[in-house]
Amino acid sequence: MIRPDIFTETATALKKIYVNHLPQLRQLRDWQSKYRILMTLGRELPTFDSEWHRDEFLVQGCESKAWLLHYQDPVTTQHFWAFDSDARIVKGLVILILTQVNGLTAEELAEATPELLLTELQLQQNISQSRSNGLLAVLNRVKASL
Amino acid sequence: MNFDLRSLRQQFPFFSAHPDWIYLDNAATLHKPQAVLDAMNTFYSQHNSNVHRSAHGLSQQATAAFEAARNTVAQFLNARFSHEIIWTSGTTAGFNQLVFGLMGPVLQSGDRVLISSMEHHANIVPWHIHALPFGVQLDVVPLTADHRFDLAAYSELLKLKPKVVSISHVSNALGYIQPIADIVRLAKEAGAIVVLDGAQGIVWEKIDVQALDVDFYLFSGHKLYGPTGIGVLYGKTQYLELLRPLLGGGEMIKTVSFSSSSWNDLPYRLEAGTPNMAGAIGLAAAILWLQQQDLTAFQQHKSALVQRFYAGCQQISALELLSGPTTNAGIVALNLKNEHPADLATLLDQQNIAVRAGTHCTMPLFQALNVKGSVRFSFACYNSFDEIDRTLTALATAVELLAE
Repeated sequence: MIRPDIFTETATALKKIYVNHLPQLRQLRDWQSKYRILMTLGRELPTFDSEWHRDEFLVQGCESKAWLLHYQDPVTTQHFWAFDSDARIVKGLVILILTQVNGLTAEELAEATPELLLTELQLQQNISQSRSNGLLAVLNRVKASL
Repeated sequence: MNFDLRSLRQQFPFFSAHPDWIYLDNAATLHKPQAVLDAMNTFYSQHNSNVHRSAHGLSQQATAAFEAARNTVAQFLNARFSHEIIWTSGTTAGFNQLVFGLMGPVLQSGDRVLISSMEHHANIVPWHIHALPFGVQLDVVPLTADHRFDLAAYSELLKLKPKVVSISHVSNALGYIQPIADIVRLAKEAGAIVVLDGAQGIVWEKIDVQALDVDFYLFSGHKLYGPTGIGVLYGKTQYLELLRPLLGGGEMIKTVSFSSSSWNDLPYRLEAGTPNMAGAIGLAAAILWLQQQDLTAFQQHKSALVQRFYAGCQQISALELLSGPTTNAGIVALNLKNEHPADLATLLDQQNIAVRAGTHCTMPLFQALNVKGSVRFSFACYNSFDEIDRTLTALATAVELLAE
């Protein structure tokens, strides 16, 4: 059973990250400081119940596991996600992606290019390595939510 | 060290293209010396024609070069006949042909096959696809407490009278050199056909298939300084003769009518389609190159690299080492306590250190070890002590970042 407030709690956490951490990440130049923040972003998210670590929510990656829950508001058409991964860097990268798309309407999501944020933050090399870290699979799953 | 590392590295153009990188993913694929690239370039620019088919002289030249490559491999392995060298696209393809080919002529419902816990998926999944659905049973040699091949348990399992025993020469995940002489001898005593997966072992030591008395030995070109897309399935003539071809068409036939076909002789019977001619020639060039090197010095150097890296890792207390430095062909697998191997590998990648993270195509091994995976550092003859020291520094940086 999915606790419905996981989506509202995740949305609140993502907004907080958007306001507090994105400007910080944009300013940083050295990779250590960037990854230091990236690896702690997961702590901002609400608890992802271990019972949701189910195959139906699993996004197929190679090395790390990633679970993505999705909910679309039938009235507003807004999309919401909740997420977990057993690897910290992937978790941080997906959180960054979700800050760009969470709460978008179907129409807005069709136009969205969340991966551009990673290019801007010079974290794009993680997308090309996605066969191993599953990030591209998550990106595709997010876009396929339409 | 009996070789000049600097001049050795200069023979590998990849390193001048990537001077900032430390490449420690050698168990995944090795870099190629210039001699291999030159041989392939010469083949395509001067000798390219399809082999065995055409009447013209150019084809005969190409065929001669292609068959000379087969002879080079046969001599390298000390095979009795060059037709015992079957070209494959790699070890995985070789295993698929082998397992498919054994079903029926050798293996029937109720027969047993023995593999080990350390096997690569290439020596597991083909059995699942081609053998288990037809009633063959797979038994597995467990690991000892220190993650090595359990010879005592192996001897016990041989009492179940497996028809085929199929074991890796060197573990791709842990680096351990298996006791192949004992493995082969005990299997023969038990009356089994014995197969060795040489994907990681071929680059470590000289193999004499006749002295070893192994029935099948498989390896890939790209893990022997050669090109990708070419590999070898060596088999004794009497057993190769038994194998049913997995692929049909092209060079493998003798006569074809609409209702039936008869097959060509070895080795062509098991080589359907236009072969990877440039690949075979590249692999032969790699072998000729390797034969000019001091293999014992390479072994000593790789062992010294492993020892130095292992000793450095022991200074970082949060690291959990999955493989030890003795009887190790050049692979160290480790984890950082409570952290995912992918995170550690990404932080090394940020520092231009190429390693592999995950379960290394040996998921059942990691289930047996009860860990998620590992970060694998694999060393080759061209790696330096300086690279080891820089990697240890980078590793310490990554560990520090993850500890925050």
